Amino acid sequence: MTQDLARRIRINALSMVARARASHIGSALSIADIVAVLYGDILRVDPRRPDWAERDRFILSKGHACVAVYAALAEQGFFPTEWLDTYGAVDSPLLNHVSHTVPGVEFSTGSLGHGLPFAAGKALALWTRGQTSRVFALLSDGELDEGSNWEALLFAAHHGLSNLTAIIDFNNLQSLDTVDNTLRLAPLADKFAAFGWAVREIDGHSHDALREALSAVPWDGKRPCMLVAHTVKGKGVSFMENKVEWHYRAPDAAQLEQALAEQGGGADA
Amino acid sequence: MRDAFIDELCRQAEQRSNVILIVGDLGYSVVEPFAARFPDRFFNAGVAEQNMLGLAAGMASEGCHVFAYSIANFPTFRCAEQFRNDVDYHQLAVTVVAVGGGLAYGNLGYSHHAVQDFGLMRLFPQTLIAAPGDPLEARACLRYLLDHPQPSYFRLGKAGEVAVHPEVPSVAPGQWLQVVAERGAASARLSTGTMLHRTLASHRERDTPLPEDLFTMPLWGAGCKDSQAAQLARYGCVETWEDHYLDGGFGSWLREAAALSGSPTRIRSRFLRPDQTLGHTA
Ligand SMILES: Cc1ncc(C[n+]2csc(CCOP(=O)(O)OP(=O)(O)O)c2C)c(N)n1
Repeated sequence: MTQDLARRIRINALSMVARARASHIGSALSIADIVAVLYGDILRVDPRRPDWAERDRFILSKGHACVAVYAALAEQGFFPTEWLDTYGAVDSPLLNHVSHTVPGVEFSTGSLGHGLPFAAGKALALWTRGQTSRVFALLSDGELDEGSNWEALLFAAHHGLSNLTAIIDFNNLQSLDTVDNTLRLAPLADKFAAFGWAVREIDGHSHDALREALSAVPWDGKRPCMLVAHTVKGKGVSFMENKVEWHYRAPDAAQLEQALAEQGGGADA
Repeated sequence: MRDAFIDELCRQAEQRSNVILIVGDLGYSVVEPFAARFPDRFFNAGVAEQNMLGLAAGMASEGCHVFAYSIANFPTFRCAEQFRNDVDYHQLAVTVVAVGGGLAYGNLGYSHHAVQDFGLMRLFPQTLIAAPGDPLEARACLRYLLDHPQPSYFRLGKAGEVAVHPEVPSVAPGQWLQVVAERGAASARLSTGTMLHRTLASHRERDTPLPEDLFTMPLWGAGCKDSQAAQLARYGCVETWEDHYLDGGFGSWLREAAALSGSPTRIRSRFLRPDQTLGHTA
């Protein structure tokens, strides 16, 4: 099921950025599987009641990858799929960084490094109220250059916010170059562990691995959870995979056709 | 004034279970009463203002009214984008509380001079500025914000400000709160924040015998600039007083309000000059 959702997320995302001539398709394809498993199997949310008090909260901190989330929300019924066709139009409700005015979106981002502190605040408030809702935040790897994340990592661990799970989309590419050539994060899992989080590392395109890890949070019942998901930027479109240029470019008609053809129910999608 | 603020916050928190206080590792001998009475609603975010503001926004998005307390420029400039995006844009009930407005911490040096904070905080369209002039205005502003939860910036003096008003006044955004009324006054002085005391003192000592009214404006911001025409029209000349630079400050705000409404009232301003802060103590 989630494989099909991921496939539809990729198809929608590609069509949206092609039509809008928008950037960041590589960033969206990188998280299509994570988002599909979250919305397909993990998050307790109700499309008819986006504000349902008992829902799980999902924060997309890497807001530039918004098309993946918009596509997932539309496919899950939070708003009509026709809205996706308006992406890039001046009066579209779907801005090019994830926007809280869209049903199902908790928080607007776009400036990197804002999602985790906000998610920690939500987790803290829910915990203070004794609510069982969980908070999931999806971050990029380049985003971890921002010190605000490390402030939040300290805080969440100190307060044992076990209702908070962060997922790192570790595709090892950022805006200009690889993470390794920009600001090295390795050994990333060790850093998080040293900060006091429960850490797991998985293949971020394996739905089974994602499901297994995310359905078992909190892993030790007392610490916040950090899922380091190894991914490929541009995943699922052969000529986009692991290429910095697809952080910026939008596919032309021929490229879109090829990219969509590669989604035809193949091994990954 | 700090103590009045915390005392009022404690009183209000007694009735309002959604009141949260987060501090940025500051508030020694001020915040203890709150921390002692509401241990599960008090958090020290550590020396980490970006996270403090993000946390505050996240908690407010779940229905809390969060007071994020620190001093001088730390909860404003250090985390300005968190305030801009997370708090103001999302219209969340976060009140940033900065102690030590103006040169209250003068001898601590430029890092601790809050002399551009109005300029920053009044840029945010959803944000209300509270700059009380005495402990009673501080209580009034706090009550107003709790009754009207919204993004807000609460600028406190330090300690020791004496009460000017006889009782807790009723306050509203953009309102001129009268302190002295003289028959036939054609000019007025209007202060914000703890300049109230200086304004009052200079009013008493002034050598001109012409009648003059005295006002304080504890609540103002981007959203109430269009409410000034009627008050301005009562006077030929208004002099603003603030412990802030001219650029971006309260006097500039009133000038913009006057210009937008086409008011002919002459506006003069008393303000801090950069040479009073750079390389100098108070
Ligand atoms: C605070 C901030 N600085 C810079 C940017 C511009 N920017 C957008 S995406 C990006 C980096 C992309 O790499 P990464 O964060 O790893 O995300 P990915 O696209 O790989 O998912 C940058 C620098 C931003 N959005 N926010």
